[in-house]
Amino acid sequence: MAKYIIKRVLISIPVLIGVVFVIFFMLNVVPGDPVTLMMGEHIKPDLIEAFRERMGLDDPFIVQFFNYLKNALQGDFGMSYKLKREVSDLIFQAFPQTVKLTLSAAMVAWLIGIPSGIIAAVKQNTLIDRGFMTFSLMGVSMPVFWAGLLMQYVFAYKLGWLPVTGYKTWQSFIMPSIVLGWSSAGTIARLTRSNLLEIMKNDFIRTARAKGLRETTVVVGHALKNAMLPVVTMMAIQVSSLLGGAVMTESIFGIPGLGRVAVSAIGDRDMPLLQGTIIFTTMLIIAGNLIADLMYSVLDPRIRCE
Amino acid sequence: MSEQQNNAELLKITDLKTHFFTHKGVVPAVDGVTLEIPKRQIVGVVGESGCGKSVTAMSILQLISRPGRIVSGSIRLDGKELVGAGIDEIRELRGNKISVIFQEPMTSLNPVYTVGRQVSEAITTHQQVSKQEAKQRVIDIFKAVGIPEAEKRFKAYPHQLSGGLRQRVMIGMAMVCRPQLLIADEPTTALDVTIEAQILHLMKQLESDFGTSIMLITHNLGVVAEVCDYVYVMYAGKIMEQANIFDLFDHTGHPYTKGLLQSIPKPMAEKQRLYNIKGMVPNLLRLPKGCRFCPRCEFAMQECHEHEPELYDAGNQHLVRCFLYKNGGEPA
Repeated sequence: MAKYIIKRVLISIPVLIGVVFVIFFMLNVVPGDPVTLMMGEHIKPDLIEAFRERMGLDDPFIVQFFNYLKNALQGDFGMSYKLKREVSDLIFQAFPQTVKLTLSAAMVAWLIGIPSGIIAAVKQNTLIDRGFMTFSLMGVSMPVFWAGLLMQYVFAYKLGWLPVTGYKTWQSFIMPSIVLGWSSAGTIARLTRSNLLEIMKNDFIRTARAKGLRETTVVVGHALKNAMLPVVTMMAIQVSSLLGGAVMTESIFGIPGLGRVAVSAIGDRDMPLLQGTIIFTTMLIIAGNLIADLMYSVLDPRIRCE
Repeated sequence: MSEQQNNAELLKITDLKTHFFTHKGVVPAVDGVTLEIPKRQIVGVVGESGCGKSVTAMSILQLISRPGRIVSGSIRLDGKELVGAGIDEIRELRGNKISVIFQEPMTSLNPVYTVGRQVSEAITTHQQVSKQEAKQRVIDIFKAVGIPEAEKRFKAYPHQLSGGLRQRVMIGMAMVCRPQLLIADEPTTALDVTIEAQILHLMKQLESDFGTSIMLITHNLGVVAEVCDYVYVMYAGKIMEQANIFDLFDHTGHPYTKGLLQSIPKPMAEKQRLYNIKGMVPNLLRLPKGCRFCPRCEFAMQECHEHEPELYDAGNQHLVRCFLYKNGGEPA
């Protein structure tokens, strides 16, 4: 097991370097001169030139890339052009908020998605099934910003139960995590349902019934563990969509997380900050996938021994 | 039937009808089957694919899934009626008094649990025993069904075992509660011939050691000849012929059974085209009027196309559903 983890971590290093390269390249070809942005528009051209040289912006692209990589490996992602602060500081300041948001959204997704998928599968083609599936379809189809605004209108403005925005109290995380988790819950519910229905057709389910097990034990004890395998993979993929969704959710609910840092970095053409947030997000996604793979091997003995 | 005879019967199925209600129409998979399994006997149920033999067996434990359901008839185990019994009552029997071995050893075990755990589950579901005791009993039954290194295999996952070993695990799981009746649904079809012989031998041994009656479902008359005491031949949801094993082979009655026997390859015989029964199993949605087999029968008479034959007595508990035996004894 330890060997497997080490192998997986090592494999993710080239992936990470590749991602850094692509981001670095793309942000380099994007129009907009960082120096002008930083220094304002009415600056003497020779001053700009001198500054470019000092920042290493005149170097060839590949040299810039390796310099960046070298520094990044030491935890130095450069200075924010706009905010004039260490990118890593800004990220670590924003990071906890995003983690809080995505984890609570993931909890919403799992705690709602998996049970409703199970219930829908067991009650296949009944009103309960249709109800759950409609609810999940709504979650999948409703954009985060629309659901967010609706909830703010109903629960904060009309009913006054929850704060409209903010991040200081746990109550202020209720709406954002439901909004963000809902679509994932929908996907997970549908996937759980269809997998469970598929697994229930298997011969070993008949064996379990023939042993005299209760139907609940057959479903939860024998079918669910098998049905969860693809769901776990889906959860890993959803880490990225949750982080992506967090960008919008954070903006709507005024949570100063990674997503909002990235959005403002885009607006400001703040390349080091943007690069830093994207790379950091990439690392989170890689970690999510690694965890999913480990879960997979915990669930499925056929993978474990290889 | 007198009381004494009744006592010798373990299972008695009377006029069982299990139909599937599909959107294309009602499929009478089992259409009035009457069948008896005496204590300590191996009873074979033979027929082509789709003749209703498995559905008959699964009806006993109500393992029929939608859209199928038992429409009418009676299934009595030791005199106790099972049709219409509550699901908890049936669950109490499953794996305990009546257990099943399925055709597919490769897929009949749950891939994510160890075989030991899956077999001990059969014990702990029906009996209050400690985990340790259950484990010991599983290891004992593994030894009894001939699994080498039983202690080690307890912790094995199904994918780590061969097909033959998996089927032994299935048999162990079925036998671990010492059932009165073992339903073996094509237990050797997916296995190669040497393993088949071992498994059949094992089943015969279990019958004599534990006194378990066995209902053996197969399409293989060679297997039947090997182990069965009494045989039912099914076709399109009905019993076509029933006889003890010697009468079935020596005084074969029904043209369908004759066809089945002729279809067995004979390696020693002169080289010739393998016999096969012409035509196909009828679509149960559009059954022919009269005898179900008559479109394929070499001996079909006018009567066969018009009326459905009953089971006629040919003597010595040998019944044949064919007008040739209307007057009993030898064919008319």
